[in-house]
Amino acid sequence: MTLPATAPRIRAKQRLGDRIFSSTALTAGALILAILAAVAAFLLVESVPALTADPDDVNILNGEPFWSYVAPLVFGTLWASALALLMAVPVSIGIALFISHYAPRRLAQGLGYIIDLLAAVPSVVFGLWGGNVLAPAVQPLYSWLTENLGWIPFFAPPASGTGRTILTAAIVLAVMVLPIITALSREVFLQTPVLHEEAALALGATRWEMIRTAVLPFGRPGIVSASMLGLGRALGETMAVAMVLSASGGITFAVLTPANPGTIAANIALRFPEAFGLNINLLIATGLILFAITLVVNMIARWILARRKEFSGAN
Amino acid sequence: MSRTMTSESPEATSFPNPYSAGQLSKGTPFAVLAVSLAVSAIMFWLFQQAGDSDYNVIGTLLVAAILYTIVIYIYSLLVEGTRKAKDRLVTALVGAAFMLALLPLVSLLITVLTNGVARFDLEFFTYSMRNVIGDGGGIVHAMVGTLLMTLTAALISVPIGLMTAVYLVEYGRGPLSRAITFLVDVMTGIPSIVAGLFAYSVFALFFGPGVKLGIAGAISLSVLMIPIVVRSCEDMLKLVPNELREAAYALGVPKWLTVLKVVLPTSIAGIMTGVTLAIARVIGETAPLLVAAGFTNNLNYNLLEGRMQSLPVMVYSQYVSQGAVPQDYLNRAWAGALTLILIVMALNLAARLIARYFSPKLGR
Repeated sequence: MTLPATAPRIRAKQRLGDRIFSSTALTAGALILAILAAVAAFLLVESVPALTADPDDVNILNGEPFWSYVAPLVFGTLWASALALLMAVPVSIGIALFISHYAPRRLAQGLGYIIDLLAAVPSVVFGLWGGNVLAPAVQPLYSWLTENLGWIPFFAPPASGTGRTILTAAIVLAVMVLPIITALSREVFLQTPVLHEEAALALGATRWEMIRTAVLPFGRPGIVSASMLGLGRALGETMAVAMVLSASGGITFAVLTPANPGTIAANIALRFPEAFGLNINLLIATGLILFAITLVVNMIARWILARRKEFSGAN
Repeated sequence: MSRTMTSESPEATSFPNPYSAGQLSKGTPFAVLAVSLAVSAIMFWLFQQAGDSDYNVIGTLLVAAILYTIVIYIYSLLVEGTRKAKDRLVTALVGAAFMLALLPLVSLLITVLTNGVARFDLEFFTYSMRNVIGDGGGIVHAMVGTLLMTLTAALISVPIGLMTAVYLVEYGRGPLSRAITFLVDVMTGIPSIVAGLFAYSVFALFFGPGVKLGIAGAISLSVLMIPIVVRSCEDMLKLVPNELREAAYALGVPKWLTVLKVVLPTSIAGIMTGVTLAIARVIGETAPLLVAAGFTNNLNYNLLEGRMQSLPVMVYSQYVSQGAVPQDYLNRAWAGALTLILIVMALNLAARLIARYFSPKLGR
């Protein structure tokens, strides 16, 4: 078959199967965008009635304006997550270092599986454990702390009699986000250039000095974004908090008292089954706020990860 | 370790070894650890004798860890100097961090096991909660609901997730594919309760407020499942060697057949593993089902009509609304939690087995 000399190149044959297949794939990809947009849109539509309604018509609000109802919940969400992160991040970095640089090479993978096992436990089981086992176990410690260190604002008395305080909820949250932060930082630590580590050791550095000078600087963005992803998980965690925390509203930094701020997600879970009418719209509006907060946190985390292209596969 | 100590000791006594001078011997950390464990155990044994409380295992371990860290640091500081001492301190802390993480895991597994066996009997798996007040009852309705909703969620999200992964790996170029990758990552971070609220809002707009359906629960689960499926399938498709694709193209195979007949069969084991792990992730979700599918005591096979119970929601509702004899409700909750953990573990195990036995045999 001869081609006219003017044709610069052979055009690929357009097959029907190719077109159908590629457009199906494209549709599926576009569907992801559509779903995210739909989540935002539907939540927005359903929460508008609550924002525009007269506060006296909504039972839960009890005449308060919307924002004064939401503010303690937002505070509680952020405060519980911050406490959880404060506990989880140092421990996670320690575990990640233990698995990547301290444990015997043959044991390391098995130890990693054990930590991943924590991630496999459903949150409702964590809630059951936190409410029935952890809270009674830490209560004596809380009493002791309020009696002896009560002058520190965080440990202000009175101590909770049940141990179901925001600190207990934060401990459970910390256990739940631990595997996420550990898995990501472990990946990043393992990617440290071996030459950097060997150079440090060759100069006579001890193992800790090698980690401080070679591993940690290399892994810092990874640690930051892992913590942010853990924060995203902690912010949205529902059942564990709902089952552990006995919330009474109000903004307070004292972590051992019986009066604790609730969190948005736990509040929805507790109120939604009995809610009716505009109350449902109100709860959906608080859900929209939670969605916005976690979206921002996750976007920042992913953006930090994406800046270091090597880490983008480490999920 | 005792052998290394005895082999070194005669040299050390006869004349100083210049290579080991100013260093702790290999067995010393273990000896210090044993001593601090013993001291801590004796201390807590005395506490137990003095008071009326049980023996505190966790306290023993914590005090032993603190004791070990302090003693090894000071000992090393005196013998080896600041730098080595700091190294040993960090080693102790890092090991302690790992032990600290094991503590809740072990405690959780033990309590679920010991409390769960009380009601882990035949009645528990053959009855529903219909007309059950107090003792007895079972989880048949919850198992059926969990099975139906999770399978429906998988049916929705596997095709979408797989095709999205195919798009990202085989077709995706430019800003759209970058946007999808980014948004899939963001989507993994959607709080589960928001997914439930989304599904509820969709159905509330069409069927009026207060609607609770099994299918709504399935949709909320699939919102959570799709990004997990996309991520795992994407990773698996990327592992397929490019030579296989190029060989297919060289033989004149169209692209869509290459993907369908070469790329997907090669990576099918990884895809199945990923899907199984995704199912294991969503099968324990409580919050979205609580919001979208509600809870009930009755058996319901119909996704499109009426509320539908699921296992995690049942555990939650037994815990939250305890009746006249709370122990009956708590027993059911623990047994449900045990069942849930066993299911999740079985799925994880199945995923590993699939990965091992169905992966393509690359070597000859």
